[in-house]
Amino acid sequence: MSKTLIQAQNLTMRFGGVVANKDVSFTVKQDSITALIGPNGAGKTTVFNCVTGFYRATSGTITFSGAGGEVEIGQLLDKPLLGGSHLAARAGVARTFQNIRLFREMSVAENLLVAQHRAVNRNLVAGILGTRAYRRAEATAVENAYHWLRELGLESDANRLAGQLPYGRQRRLEIARAMCTSPRVICLDEPAAGLNPSETADLAELIKRLRSAHGVTVMVIEHDMGLVMNISDHVVVLDHGQVIASGTPNSVAANPAVVAAYLGAPEEVAV
Amino acid sequence: MIMSIQVDRAPIVRATLDALTVFVLALIVLGPISGVVLDGFGFQGHPLRPLALALVVAAGRFLMTAALSTGAGAFFVGRFNAATASSVKIMAPQRALRTPWVLALVALGALVPFLADKYWLSVATLALIYVLLGLGLNIVVGLAGLLDLGFVAFYAVGAYFLAIGAEHFGIGFWSALALAPLLAAICGAVLAFPVLRMHGDYLAIVTLGFGEIIRLVLINAVDVTGGPNGLPAPEPTLLGIEFGRVAKQGGVPLHELLGLGYSPNGKYLFLYGVLFCVVLAAVHVVTRLRVMPLGRTWEALREDEIACRSLGINHVMVKLSAFMLSASFGGLAGVFFATQQGFVSPTSFTFLESVLVLSIVVLGGLGSTVGVVLAAIVLTLLPELLRDFAEFRTLVFGALMVVMMLWRPRGLIRPARPAFSPSRTEVAK
Amino acid sequence: MDLHIAAQQIANGCALGAIYGLIAVGYTMVYGVIRMINFAHGEVYMVSAYMSAIVLSVLTVLGVTSPVLVLLLVLFVTCAITGLFGWVIERVAYRPLRGSTNLAPLISAIGVSLMLQSYVQISQGARDQGVPNLLAGSVQMNIGSGTAQFTYMQLVILLVALSAMAVLTYVIGYTRLGRQCRATQQNRRMASALGVNTDRIISLVFVIGAITAAVGGVLVTLNYGSFNFYMGFVVGVKAFTAAVLGGIGSLPGAIVGGLILGLAEALFAGYVSTDYKDVFAFVALICVLYFKPSGLLGRPEIQKV
Repeated sequence: MSKTLIQAQNLTMRFGGVVANKDVSFTVKQDSITALIGPNGAGKTTVFNCVTGFYRATSGTITFSGAGGEVEIGQLLDKPLLGGSHLAARAGVARTFQNIRLFREMSVAENLLVAQHRAVNRNLVAGILGTRAYRRAEATAVENAYHWLRELGLESDANRLAGQLPYGRQRRLEIARAMCTSPRVICLDEPAAGLNPSETADLAELIKRLRSAHGVTVMVIEHDMGLVMNISDHVVVLDHGQVIASGTPNSVAANPAVVAAYLGAPEEVAV
Repeated sequence: MIMSIQVDRAPIVRATLDALTVFVLALIVLGPISGVVLDGFGFQGHPLRPLALALVVAAGRFLMTAALSTGAGAFFVGRFNAATASSVKIMAPQRALRTPWVLALVALGALVPFLADKYWLSVATLALIYVLLGLGLNIVVGLAGLLDLGFVAFYAVGAYFLAIGAEHFGIGFWSALALAPLLAAICGAVLAFPVLRMHGDYLAIVTLGFGEIIRLVLINAVDVTGGPNGLPAPEPTLLGIEFGRVAKQGGVPLHELLGLGYSPNGKYLFLYGVLFCVVLAAVHVVTRLRVMPLGRTWEALREDEIACRSLGINHVMVKLSAFMLSASFGGLAGVFFATQQGFVSPTSFTFLESVLVLSIVVLGGLGSTVGVVLAAIVLTLLPELLRDFAEFRTLVFGALMVVMMLWRPRGLIRPARPAFSPSRTEVAK
Repeated sequence: MDLHIAAQQIANGCALGAIYGLIAVGYTMVYGVIRMINFAHGEVYMVSAYMSAIVLSVLTVLGVTSPVLVLLLVLFVTCAITGLFGWVIERVAYRPLRGSTNLAPLISAIGVSLMLQSYVQISQGARDQGVPNLLAGSVQMNIGSGTAQFTYMQLVILLVALSAMAVLTYVIGYTRLGRQCRATQQNRRMASALGVNTDRIISLVFVIGAITAAVGGVLVTLNYGSFNFYMGFVVGVKAFTAAVLGGIGSLPGAIVGGLILGLAEALFAGYVSTDYKDVFAFVALICVLYFKPSGLLGRPEIQKV
C-alpha cells in the first residue's frame, strides 16, 4: 500500500473577506500523479501556495512526509525567526509557477546551480581560496545540472541566458530547476499552458518519466483535460474554493457535479 | 510626387516647431530661478541667463528632431533601442580576455607612488578608497539588486571608529583595519533587520533614512563625536615605526630609524601601499564571490525573490549577508579615509556621498567589477581635472544619472556570465 | 504640565502637518498611478518656495501691496510654473523609463533631484533666503498659566491647505477626470483599453502633485519667512513618511498622515529635543514601514505568487 505523502485536512484560506479555499481536504499518495482541476477562480493555485508554503493557511493542516519526518507546512511558516516558505522547499516540496519565474539574466546552467545551493560547499573561506573540496562540490553540481539538462533536452542551451529561451524550453527549464533541488514532490502549476499539442504530449511523457525514472511524486494543476486524463492516478476537483469530487480520472469525469461545474447546469425554474 | 515634397519639407518644419515650443517652455520653467536672483528682500535681474539656457535647450531639441528624421538618425535610434531592449550579455569562455586590461591597471596602480607628486598621490588614494566603496555597494545594489541609499553610514562608522577608538581606547590604524569591517558588518545587520521584508522603493527610502540618522547623530552627539567640528584621526604606524616628524604614539619616527631627512610623503606613500594591497585583495574576493554559491544566490534574489524561496533559499539570510558584506567594505574604506584626511567630520558623510558611490556603481555597470573600478577612477579624477567647474559638480552628477538611466540603465559595462561545460572538473570563466 | 506650551505645540503641529499633508499628496498620487516614489518631489517643493519669493519680490517692485491680492497672485503664478515643472520632469526623466528595470526610475529621480538642487544653488546662491512678513499678527489665547498664539499666517495655512484638499478630493472622487485617475491607478492597462489616455492622466497626476507641493511651498515661505536650496530633501522625506503613515495611494490618508506627523514632530520638538526632531521623523518612517507598511487608511498589498 502506497504511503501518504501529503495530507491536507480542512484547509481554509481567507483573504480579508474573500474565502479562497474552504475546508479543502485531500490526500496525495507517494509515487502518484495527482491532478488538481477546476474552473478558473476555483482556488487551485491558492491550494498550491498553501501546500508549497507561500501562503499561511487560515485554518486546517497540511501534513507532509519529508526526509526529516512528518512536518506540518503551516508550522514551518510560523517559526519565529528562521521560518518561511523556503523551509517547505527544504523539506522536499518543489514547485513551478503559473507565470514562469526563471532567473532571466542568468544562464540556464546557473539557474540549475542556484537550485543546488543546499548541496554545494557554502563555506566562504573555502570558496575564496578555491580549495579542492570546494571545487569538487562545484563540479558535482555542474554534473548534476547537465544531467537534468540532458533529461529535459536542454543541453545545447546550457550557456544561454534563461530569458532568451523560447517559451516551451523556459517551461522545461523551470521543471529542471525544481528537480535539481532533489525534491520528494514536485508541484506543477499549469505546465501545459501555452504549449501546442505535440509539446503537450512530450510534457505528458516527461511527467510520467519524472515519476517512474526519478521516483518523485507529482502534483499538477491543469486545464488541459486530455493531459489530466492521460497521466493522473488521482484527480481532485475544486469549485468555488471547495472540493466537489475526487477519485480516479474516469470516475471524476463521469461525476455530474464536476460536469455541472465546468459546463454549467440548466437553471431550475420554479413552477 | 506631392507626398515626397511634403516629406522633404516636413522634418525641418517639425524640428523648428519643436524647438520653438521647447524654447518657450524652457524660458518659463528655467526663467524665474536663473533670471531673477533674490537679493535680501529685493532681486537682481539677469535676463540673459534664462535666454541663453532656453536657446541651448531649444537648439539641442532642434538638432535631435532634425537628426532623427534623417536616415542616419533613424538608424542610430534603431540600434540604440535594440541595444537597450535585448541587453545582450556575452558569455566569456576564457578568463584570458580580461587579463591584459587587469594587468595594465594593476601595473599602473603600482607605478603611481613613483610617478606622482603629493597632490596626485592623494587623488590616487582617494580613487582607491572609492573603488573600495564601489565594490562594497556593488554587492548590494549590483548583485543583490537592493537599492541601498544609506551606504555612507557604514563609511562613517569605519572612519569614526578609528577616530573615537584612538581617542578613548587606544585603537590604532591596524586594529581599526581589522575591527572596523566587523563593526560595520554588525551595523549592516542592524540596518538590514527592518528592511528584510521590504522591496524596491521602500527599501531605498529606509536605507536613506538610516544614513541620515547616522549623520544627524554624528552632528548632535557632540560629547562623543565632536559634533560638526569632528575629531582628529591617528596616523598609521607599522610595527612601532611612525611616519610623522615626531613620535605621537610611542613608536619611533621612520626618518630617525633610517637616518634620512623627514619627508611628509612617507605617511601617504605607506597608506597608498597598504590601500593598494587591500584593494587588490578586495577585488579578488569580490570576483570569487560572484561565482560562488553565495554570489549566485545574491543574483538569483535580484532576479526573482519568490523563485528563490521556492528553491529553499532563505531570502532573509541572503539579504542579510549582502548587507553585512557590503557594509564591511564601507567600514574598511572609512578607516583609510580617516587616516588619509587626518580627521573626521560629519560633512564628509552626507547623502550626496551615498549618491556619488551609487553613481559609480550605476555608471560602471551593475554587477561588473571592472566597470566599478574604472568608474571609481574616472569619477574621482574628473572633479580634480575640472576643478574650475567645481560648483557644477552636483549638477553634472544629476544629469549623468538621468542620462545613464535613459541610455544604459544597467551601466556601461555589462558583466559577462560564466560559462560551463560538462564532464570537466574545472569551471571555465 | 504647562498647558499653554502643549497648546502652542499643537497649533504649530497643525500648521506643520497641513504642509506635510499637501506635499504628501504628491507622493501618494504618483505612487498610486505608477508605483514609483518621486524622489524629486521634495525638490519641486523647494523650487516653489524660491518661485514664490521671486514672484513676491517682483510684485513688491511693481507696487502691489494688498495682502489678499499678493497672496492670490503668488499662489497662482507659483502653482502654474511649478505645475509646468512637474510636467516637464515627468516627460523627460520618467516617462521613457516606464518599462525599464525597477531601479531605473528611482535613480533617474535622484538625478533630477540633484539637478534641481544644484540648479537653484548655482542660480540663487547657497545662503538662506528670506521674505518680508506678509501678514503680521496673531490670535492670542490664554490657556493655563501662559499664552499660546496662533499666527494669522498659520490660520491661512490651515485654511488654504484644507480648501485645496477639499477641492482635490472632490475632483478625484466626483468628476470624470477623477474617475479616470482612479481607474488608471487600479489597472492601467484596462483603463487604457477602455479609452482612457493613461499617459495624459499620469502627466496630470504629476502636475497636480506639483501644484499641491507648490501651495505648500508658498505657505511655508510666507509663514516661516526663510528657506534655502537644501530644504527639499528633509521635508521630502518627512512628507513621504506622512504619505506612508496615512496609507500610500490614499488621498485622505495623505492629509491624515500629514497632520499626525506634524503634531507628533511638534510635540517631540517641544518636549524632548529640537536638535533631534529630524531624527525623530526618520525613525518614525522606519517604524511605520516596518510595522504597518500599508498605513492607516491603505489596503495591505497581497503578494501574488
